[in-house]
This record gives sequence, structure tokens and C-alpha cells, in this order.
Amino acid sequence: MLVFEKNNMTDEIEQLVNKYGKSRSSLLPILQDIQRKHKFIPDFAQQEVARLLDIHPVEVYSVITFYSFLNTKPKGRNIIRLCQTITCDLAGKENIAKAIERELGIKFGETTKDNKITLEYVNCLGMCDQGPALLVNERVYSKVTPEKAIQILNEIK
Amino acid sequence: MENKKREGSVIFSPYNRGEAIKKVVTISREDVLFEIRESKLKGRGGAGFPTATKWTLVSAAISDEKYVVCNADEGEPGTFKDRVLLLEYPELIFDGMVVAGYTIGAKKGIVYLRGEYEYMLKSLEDYLESMRKDNLLGKNICGKDGFDFDISIRLGSGAYVCGEETALIESLEGQRGEARNRPPYPVNTGYLGKPTTVNNVETFAAVSHIITKGGSWFAKFGTDKSTGAKLFSVSGDCEKPGVYELPWGTSINELLEIVGAKNTKAVQVGGASGICIPKNQFDRKLGYEDAPTGGSIIIFNESRNMLHVLKNFMEFFVEESCGQCTPCRIGNVKLLEGVEMIENSNFTFNYLNHLKELGKTMQVASKCGLGQSSPNAFLSIIENFKDEIFNNGGKNGK
Repeated sequence: MLVFEKNNMTDEIEQLVNKYGKSRSSLLPILQDIQRKHKFIPDFAQQEVARLLDIHPVEVYSVITFYSFLNTKPKGRNIIRLCQTITCDLAGKENIAKAIERELGIKFGETTKDNKITLEYVNCLGMCDQGPALLVNERVYSKVTPEKAIQILNEIK
Repeated sequence: MENKKREGSVIFSPYNRGEAIKKVVTISREDVLFEIRESKLKGRGGAGFPTATKWTLVSAAISDEKYVVCNADEGEPGTFKDRVLLLEYPELIFDGMVVAGYTIGAKKGIVYLRGEYEYMLKSLEDYLESMRKDNLLGKNICGKDGFDFDISIRLGSGAYVCGEETALIESLEGQRGEARNRPPYPVNTGYLGKPTTVNNVETFAAVSHIITKGGSWFAKFGTDKSTGAKLFSVSGDCEKPGVYELPWGTSINELLEIVGAKNTKAVQVGGASGICIPKNQFDRKLGYEDAPTGGSIIIFNESRNMLHVLKNFMEFFVEESCGQCTPCRIGNVKLLEGVEMIENSNFTFNYLNHLKELGKTMQVASKCGLGQSSPNAFLSIIENFKDEIFNNGGKNGK
């Protein structure tokens, strides 16, 4: 990270700490905001969060690695999550997965070369009555067909 | 907000926003507890702990700070009733939380909303803001001197185990979502070590109706031990999947009829951590005394491969086990391996018997509900569908 990037990151985290309060229970909302903006939580950000909340950096790392929506490594600008749980599975999630993989030329768990899209599986999205379900960033799509899935992909910037 | 034409005589019965709050400030805490005790309401998350008992314990606990937590971390596979309540009936949930705050003497309520439902956040926050404007939240609510209560929303980050109440509290405190040892229970030592009541979204919704219509009205519905009506999230092989309000005591046959399910082979009651009920037991009744559920009903027709279903469930648990205690962390992996062995016709019956023993051990030795209930699917599917699973060398599914 360049020095000015580090400074920006520090400013940003200071603002978040002011917004949520300097206490351990603010940790998750702070990390969620960093994740939302940067799509991952860089090492430097983890250290700064730890310093500003007065906890050990390892504590921050341990929390990030526990939650599947937080990550320490960069991901694509958009994260596409396909529900893999039983009802969506019965409703044909496998065909959707194959169609998306073919179209993007990557497998689930990977990111496209232009860093635009990361593919992931997710557990139950609570759309079981309208499966298969797809979560694009925080937006949910239901009753997805292979064709519709590709249409959704094409709309992503 | 979606349409409001849902049918039901209890949860989906008519209700005016703020009704329960306006009524509750005119009666004493003891009267609130009396009505809820009268209603015999049990927790709607699935465990079925009597709500009146929980609230009595929290209100008796001595502390200057107490918390009301709404568990909206709806992660059980096949459950989506809370999604409907949060999107279409937020007034029932938030009013119920205010009633809880009044009863136990809390000033703060927190909704723990699962990360997957982040898209609801804006509309829920707007709704809370409108409640503040109408003095349904904030200071001296509805003119009641000294009754201050406000609600904030916190997001989860994709961890199923955080639906367990102590793991949820850990998560709120900024920790890994690992379940705590119990006792002490959250009613004494909850969020930030203060007395806390953690209730399901649907429990709060039921409370709003109980306060306005009375505990004995609520207890008229359902059965003796399972009073009231329940929201069922029905998915899988049927014509009309969705959320249904039905009185407790409805049989599985009746439910299948209502949702238009044909050629049904099995019904998973209670989600991945529930039990799989085969055709010859479809006369069983939904309720705490027979087939309990937090609402998840997944229907499988004759064309489904039950071993594949079981594998999907076990993969889910292997992924979602928090890894804190050994029975759950390793047990689920071993059960999944067992399913794969059957799939590849590479198993011995003696080994499978060992796995069944392991499943029973997990039920008693795991630290929280996740590991205690994850072997249910394995044990019930292997037992109830052994003909299908073993007679075809594992390669079944028509």
C-alpha cells in the first residue's frame, strides 16, 4: 500500500470508529463497512482497526476469518453467490452453476481476470419458495434460470 | 412492501400499527406476563422455550441495563417465514420488541439481521424512523413517563451458527460467533454481561397479537401443549410453495393437501437439523409434542434421491460447524464421509453402525444446538430409507 492510501485508510477507519463508538462491539459493523467498500479487509486496515479499538490485531483477524462474508484477500468488484442448499439444489442449481462457469470461463471460488466478478457458493438465502436463488452483492434474484443468470451477469458493471 | 393478502387467523390476523404498544403502557408488567403465560406461547425459533418463563426470569434479574434481542438470523435451510414478516409485517415484530422492553425493563432493543437479508435494511430502518416520529419508540413512549426504548439493527456476516442465542450475543459483542457454555444463561448474563432476552422474529409477532387480543384468545388455537398458530415455510416438490399460517396440530397429510404436493415420498420437518418423515408417518402432527419445527417444511417427491438430500445436509453442517467443540467439528465430517462411502458402494454395515453411534454421541456431547441436532438428518434418513439407500448399492434415485 502506498503512503497516501494508508493515510486514506486510517482516516476512513477513524471515521468508522467515531460513527460506531470505540468499543469491541463495534468491531463487526466497522469490518462490514470496510468489506462493503473495498471488497476485502487489507492487512493494514486490520492493524488500524485493532489500534483504534485497542485490541490485538490477531483478534481482528480471528473475527474476519470466522465470518464467510468477510475476507482478508482481495476479491472481484462484484460477488455472485449461488445458493447451494437443498431446495435450490432440487430446483436446479447445478445447471445454473454450469452455465455461469461456462460463460465466465472460471470455476466457483475463482475471480475473473479483469477482477470484475467473484463466484461463490452460499448456504440458504431464505428464498427456498422461489429457488434457485442468486445473491449479487446484496441484491437477491429468485427463480433464476440459466438464461436469466447470464442476463444478470451481463447487467453487472 | 409486498401485498398483505395473507390468510391466517392468528399471526396474519388484522393488526394496527402501534396497537400493542398503546395498550401495554396502560397495564402493569405483571399483567403482561400474565397474558403471555395464559397464551402458553413457546419460542418460535424451534427450541420451544416458554416465552413467559424467559421474560419472567429477565424481568426478575436485577440490573440497571437489560437488552431485548430479536433473532432475525434465519439460516435454517428451508426457512423463510421471517423474511415475509420482516418485509410485510415489521409492525408486529417491532411492537412486540417494545412490549418486551416494557415488560423486562430494558431501554435498548437490537435486531440481529442475517447478512443475507441486507437488502431489507433500508426499509426496516425507515420503518423504525417512522415509529420514532409517532412516539412508538424513543422517550416516554405513548406518553408513559419514564418508558424509554429504542431499537437498532445489526447485521450478521454469513454464519449459520449465529442463530444460536449465545453465539448471536458473542457476534453482537464483536467476537467470533462461538456458542457459550450454559449456564449462565442470557437471561442473567447476556449481551455485555447484562440480562438479555433473545426471541425469534415470529415470537415477537405473536406477542403483539397476544397483548391486543388476550392470552386466552391465543390459547384457543392449536393444541393443548402447542398453542396458537405457526408460520410454516413450505418448499420443495409442491405446486404452491410459500409461507402458510396453520394451527399447531395440523397433520403432515393435511399440509401436503393444502400446498398441492403430489407423489410425496418424504417430508423434512425442521430443516437440515430436523427430522425426515417418510410416507407411512404422514399422519403425524406438527407441534412440540410430536413433530416440532421452527417452520421449515421441505417436500421430496418420488423422483428424489434421499442419499443425495442427506449429502447436501451434511455438506451444509460441515461448512457451518464453528469448529469450537470436537464432536461437532469432527463428527459432521465423519458422517459426510460415511454418506460418500455409501454413494460409492464402499462401506460396511458395521462401520455404518459405528457412525450411528457417533451421531448419538454428537447429540449429547456437542456444545450447542448445531452439533446436537446435525445428526438428526443422518439418523432419520438412513433409518427411514434404508431400502432405497442400500438395495441399490447406493446408486439409487429414479
